Amino acid sequence: MSFRKYLVLAGVAVFAATGDAILSQGMKQTGSISLHRLPTLIVALLNPFVAVGIVLLVGFFATYMNALSWADLTYVLPASSLGYVLLALIAKFGLHEHVSLSRWIGIALISVGVGFVATTPAATSREDSSRVAGSGPERVADNATEHQRAAPGGVES
Amino acid sequence: MNQHSIAIAYTWASILAVALASVVGDVLLSRAMRQVGDVSDLWRRSGAWTVMRRTLGNPLFSAGVMAMALSFFSLLFSLSWGDVSLVGPAAASLTFIGNAFAAKIFLHEKVDRRRWMAAVLVAAGVALLAG
Repeated sequence: MSFRKYLVLAGVAVFAATGDAILSQGMKQTGSISLHRLPTLIVALLNPFVAVGIVLLVGFFATYMNALSWADLTYVLPASSLGYVLLALIAKFGLHEHVSLSRWIGIALISVGVGFVATTPAATSREDSSRVAGSGPERVADNATEHQRAAPGGVES
Repeated sequence: MNQHSIAIAYTWASILAVALASVVGDVLLSRAMRQVGDVSDLWRRSGAWTVMRRTLGNPLFSAGVMAMALSFFSLLFSLSWGDVSLVGPAAASLTFIGNAFAAKIFLHEKVDRRRWMAAVLVAAGVALLAG
């Protein structure tokens, strides 16, 4: 896998986690939004945290679509969860927040899970589909010859 | 049924709806992007306009985005019935497990033992982190 592809996967993880975190920070500042108070939605969009969060989530969607164009869904999704590990590590070592034992266990489980996925090829279904597509005409040809072989037999009987 | 058990039933039904819509969305988007082809290669060969046209013009892509929007609104509904500490991790975990099944069945991905392990471990890890 090329460096560019690792960069795309890293982008998926970082954009997803930072986008979520910054957006939720912004929404805490603007307060809850309800259908009865829809104008607050516009106020929320003017909040710099919300605006930056939306930009980051657009970045997430772009990198996620890029990754899905060349890798399996079951490859991209676990990789994207690494972002949450990154957030917890930033909270602990960057912001000196308390990270509970259950969260450390969660970090360990995600890391081991991503480790498992990293040992598998990025795209498995594409190999399958190309092989199936390649064998398709042969199979049709086989059927045709079988049919031809069967036909004289049918006439004889 | 009393009020409390109705709230629990609504919460879990909406959590299932969130996960289901999210899985459907992921599968549709994954299939759409597979049809579009490697985006970076396409960009280099034919330019950004072709990438945008092919992606946004793909019906599966539009359906996937709609499923994601449905998932988002189900999440809002779910949050009005249940606690965020239950709804968030439960929906995320179910989505991971559901995606592994759906990718195997509908996308024909080779979900071998390592990928199953990964799906279960990441689902448990996300539940612990978000809880």
